[in-house]
Amino acid sequence: MFEQSLEFFTEGLTLAGMVLFRLVLPLAFMFGVGWVLWRFFAPEAVPQVKGARPESFGAFITRVRELPNLRVPVLSSGQVLALFIAIMLWIGATGFLIARFFWGLETASAMSDAMPWGLWIAFKLSFVACAAGGFTFAAIVYVFRLEKYRPIVRTAILTGLIGYTVFIVSLLIDLGRWYNIWHPIVMWNPHSVMFEIAWCVMLYTTVLYAEFSPALFERLGWKRMQKIMHVITVPLVIAGVVLSTLHQSSLGSLYLIQFTKLDPLFWSPLIPVFFFVSAVAAGLALMMVVPCINARAFHCENKQELIATLAKPAAIVLGVYFTLLVGDMLVRGELRTLMAPSAMSALWWVQVLFGIILPMALLFTPQAKSEPRVRYVAAGLVIGGVILERFNVALFGFSEYLGSLNTTYVPSFGEWVITLALIAGAVAVYVAAVKLLPVLPQPRHELAAKPVKSC
Amino acid sequence: MNNQTTITRRDFLKLSGASALALTALPAFDGQALAGFLGSEQAANQMGILIDTTKCVGCRQCQAACNLRNNLPPLPEKILPNQTFPAQLSATAFTNVQFFQTGGAEDAPVFTTIKRQCMHCLEPACAAVCPVGAIVKTPLGPVTYDAEKCLGCRYCMAACPFNIPKFEWDSANPRIRKCDMCADRIAAGELPACVQACPTGALEFGPRKELIAQAQARIGKNPDKYVPYIYGLSAVGGTSVMYLAAVPFDQLGLNVNLPDSAVPELTLQVMDKIPAIAITVALLAGGVAWWRGRKTRAGEPESSIEDAEH
Ligand code: SF4
Ligand code: SF4
Ligand code: SF4
Repeated sequence: MFEQSLEFFTEGLTLAGMVLFRLVLPLAFMFGVGWVLWRFFAPEAVPQVKGARPESFGAFITRVRELPNLRVPVLSSGQVLALFIAIMLWIGATGFLIARFFWGLETASAMSDAMPWGLWIAFKLSFVACAAGGFTFAAIVYVFRLEKYRPIVRTAILTGLIGYTVFIVSLLIDLGRWYNIWHPIVMWNPHSVMFEIAWCVMLYTTVLYAEFSPALFERLGWKRMQKIMHVITVPLVIAGVVLSTLHQSSLGSLYLIQFTKLDPLFWSPLIPVFFFVSAVAAGLALMMVVPCINARAFHCENKQELIATLAKPAAIVLGVYFTLLVGDMLVRGELRTLMAPSAMSALWWVQVLFGIILPMALLFTPQAKSEPRVRYVAAGLVIGGVILERFNVALFGFSEYLGSLNTTYVPSFGEWVITLALIAGAVAVYVAAVKLLPVLPQPRHELAAKPVKSC
Repeated sequence: MNNQTTITRRDFLKLSGASALALTALPAFDGQALAGFLGSEQAANQMGILIDTTKCVGCRQCQAACNLRNNLPPLPEKILPNQTFPAQLSATAFTNVQFFQTGGAEDAPVFTTIKRQCMHCLEPACAAVCPVGAIVKTPLGPVTYDAEKCLGCRYCMAACPFNIPKFEWDSANPRIRKCDMCADRIAAGELPACVQACPTGALEFGPRKELIAQAQARIGKNPDKYVPYIYGLSAVGGTSVMYLAAVPFDQLGLNVNLPDSAVPELTLQVMDKIPAIAITVALLAGGVAWWRGRKTRAGEPESSIEDAEH
């Protein structure tokens, strides 16, 4: 009797969850976005007269095109090429996704029973590492109150928000039984690292959206919501810092239990610490490049002097990372393996020399303060190094183990297309968000003068 | 009941009755069955399978019985002699009999055959890592899987030191597939299908404790015949499925480099620190935010947070 009612209850819950997550939320989201766009394009042209005939679609398009605040962009040939590539990727990805969701993962990926985690995991780890700028800069501005960084904090939070959104989307593609993605909410296994990550990512993504929401409220002119957000910002940011610390490191903990398979050069009991420190480095590095790309692409104020002050902290984080890595190698006595020539040790050296030591040296030079170019190179190296680290742990480090099973893993075409399409999507969403919302630094008077953002 | 089993039916029914009770008493957090499970009363009464490779003749009857019980495609009529078929465990093969040449000459090789399947670890990595508790170690011994809960994250596959869980890569609604020690059969007091099918007594089912005693007795009686180890006694903290052999186990494709401690241990140690880390970080961040914000509260002009860019 009791069990039956319990079953009934859980089934009801499941059904309600499904309706909510697959129907209500997407619809609400769609209408919400539509409404915002509508307001943006033509707040004054929405027909107010009762009983007036709705305008035809063609008339609507013409009217939108002629709106004064909509600038139909003139694309450069480079932009046309980028757009073309992106669209091709999206079409290809759609095809692979249809196959994947109808006929199983094997149609789109090269993953196998021997290698159940593939390129998508390595990509997810890299993306979340680079998204660490969100919590790092939120902490810098709202916890440490270094007000001078305020002009770039929204950009940082936006990169974080997009990184996590892409993470969740790619998780939905990767999970075999993706429709059960909400299960960790009600089915608990607190011993599981994956369970902890599920909760942290879920909560932190919510926190990121909340942290970013003032930009939306500002755009909409919702003063009251802005006030509310103002009050809860600091607690939100602190929650975000805690959640990020936990899951950035836990993503490394995922590999602790795989010590029988992962190469000893990349497996370490300190792997959660490495993941956390390198994520902070990647987040800082990303924020050394993004504002400058913004300045170029969106012609907003270039905050070079501000960015220059990031060089030293980033170098220090790299120093910590390097000390930990090498200290761990010494303690575990793997130095000999490092000296022996092999593909794995080569990967390790490339990561450490070009991803840590070289950029650290560059960032410590006085030129890092005066020469933006030095900073770009250094930041690029750091990001590349962190991505290489994630790929070492998630893919390359398994090659010997796979060899012992007489198989290999090479990501399939479908895996690459879907991955690149997601990256293109992330960039597109970023551009759209920057164009539609007040994200970029901009003098106040301009904002006051022009209701529509056109940085 | 097969007279080879070392357990009487009455004992067994008593045991399963008790564990059925224990099962219903288990709260919703299935994963909790894991920590500190080893050494408990239940662990002592766990069932297991002892596989004596010296008695195995490689007839594959166990495989056929397993496929039948699990609705897997039946074995083909003709299989080349002295070959492992199928070569690997998969979503459609929970067990296979593997052939290893362990002696003889080039033209007259001698094979040792070994039946492989899920080891039903005492502290299973697969159950420890599953975020939703879809895989659990049941008190009777079997490590079972519930597709209704599963997300398909495949962490169990990545974590299993024996590489056992397999995935339905060709399905839109994929499941993890693996041997479940015929949990429904043993709960009903029957033998696992494969054990029942074995004609030579190479497979034995019974309480793990008694199987160990029996294995030790066999080694003691025939020290020339057996290598003096039981595989599974202590590897990864012990497994419910254990092996005896006449040749070193690494010649039979078993990993002899596994640690004796339970595989999830290290992860659990790290996980245990999480609340402390969370609280420390929260207090630190809160403290810094309060300290750095005190000027603002003391009446100095506050910079407005909602205007992020100034
Ligand atoms: S052998 Fe693998 S699948 Fe079986 S119980 Fe142990 S960890 Fe789980
Ligand atoms: S694939 Fe399913 S059973 Fe395996 S760990 Fe993930 S949720 Fe658990
Ligand atoms: S115990 Fe059952 S599921 Fe496992 S191998 Fe034997 S017959 Fe197959």
